[in-house]
Amino acid sequence: MGSLQLRHVDAGSCNGCEIEIASVFGPVYDAERFGTRLVASPRHADGVLVTGPVTRNMAVPLKKTVEATPQPRVVIAVGDCAHDCGVFRGGYGVVGSVNDVVPVDVSIPGCPPHPTAIIEALRGITRR
Amino acid sequence: MSTISHVIGTGISSAVQVAVVAVGGPVLVGVMRKVRCRLEGRVGPPVLQPLVDIRKLFRKQRFRPDQATWIFTLAPVMLVATVVVAAAITPLVTTHPALRASSDLFVLVYLLLVGSTLLALAGLDAGTAFGGMGSSRAVTIGALAEPALLVTILALSTTAHSSNLPAIVSAILAHPESVATPQRLFALGALLIVIVAESGRLPVDNPATHLELTMVHEAMILEYAGPDLALVTVGEAMRLTLLLGIFVNLVAPWGVATSTSVSGVVVGLASVVAKVAVVGVFLAVFEVFIAKVRLFRVPELLAGAFVLALLGVVSGLVAK
Ligand code: SF4
Repeated sequence: MGSLQLRHVDAGSCNGCEIEIASVFGPVYDAERFGTRLVASPRHADGVLVTGPVTRNMAVPLKKTVEATPQPRVVIAVGDCAHDCGVFRGGYGVVGSVNDVVPVDVSIPGCPPHPTAIIEALRGITRR
Repeated sequence: MSTISHVIGTGISSAVQVAVVAVGGPVLVGVMRKVRCRLEGRVGPPVLQPLVDIRKLFRKQRFRPDQATWIFTLAPVMLVATVVVAAAITPLVTTHPALRASSDLFVLVYLLLVGSTLLALAGLDAGTAFGGMGSSRAVTIGALAEPALLVTILALSTTAHSSNLPAIVSAILAHPESVATPQRLFALGALLIVIVAESGRLPVDNPATHLELTMVHEAMILEYAGPDLALVTVGEAMRLTLLLGIFVNLVAPWGVATSTSVSGVVVGLASVVAKVAVVGVFLAVFEVFIAKVRLFRVPELLAGAFVLALLGVVSGLVAK
């Protein structure tokens, strides 16, 4: 594609992953070099970055956000929590991992994942 | 020159102008982003990234909100269409574009206003809270910019005794000594402020924001997706380029062809591209050092533009 616009959804993360995502788009790692960009609306996006385990309150909004993203789209699960609930597994407020709610295309492991790991995954999608 | 070849010549010049605005618009946005990123210590996206994004958007799924009506569909098309017509008739490359008699500053202003008004209606049409908020802000800014713009036109048109844009440009070319009269300097300062406000750049609107509460333009187009979004993006980029093109040719018209000869058009093309690039880079550098002003202070900025324009008119009258 060479161009990937992302909408970020925090489904219930501890904010550790958010800090890493912020630094991915900061001056040091600068993922914009590879044609990726964070956008303000799922309608403008090609992919949804999901962090954290899916909590009860965020299950429906997450589903709606993914549905609002035009095809072709990718869902990227960032962090161990998004992958398999991580440290929050079994929590009373947790519905399940991201894959239990919406189909995940790419999963980035780590708690939190290193910015280079996130960039590597994004470059795998944009092929740049 | 016979009439037939003249018509063909003006047609081709206009086609060249539309093409350079259509392709140059996204590239200009890319260049401005690159300059900003470099000054912020980042590498930034490639200069041609906006073109890549637009091509991708045209291939994506079309999405329309359930409640949206035909206005939502029509607005992006009209936005691009009005800019294309405006680009065809303004003296960007040559002072003899097609429909020269219609190339009036008033015609251009209201032509572009058709596109922005429809976009504001489309923001309401989508039925979301942020869309309506963005539309109301955009219309507020537009309504405040308009008086300043009209007085600016008045000040600029006294040089050529006409508000016809090719006539104004030709008059400056014929009388180079009139290029830096106080009246023109005031008016052009006001025009630059209005252009910045109308095209949604800093300090009036931040095109890179992700915070819905600070958005103006972006909030109106939150619901657009795929090909519709591509049209809106192209239209906005073209509009910025066109406005800057008009501005540079009013500031320093040298290089603009006064005929429709091939060599003249080539020189005119090169000069307008170079001039717009210089102003674009200048604006991008300027944007790095300033912050967005609070929405409630935008009227003060535009009132400043109005006063500048008024000073232009007054100094023109005094000089007589
Ligand atoms: S993966 Fe780690 S850093 Fe990320 S949300 Fe879960 S606990 Fe926080």
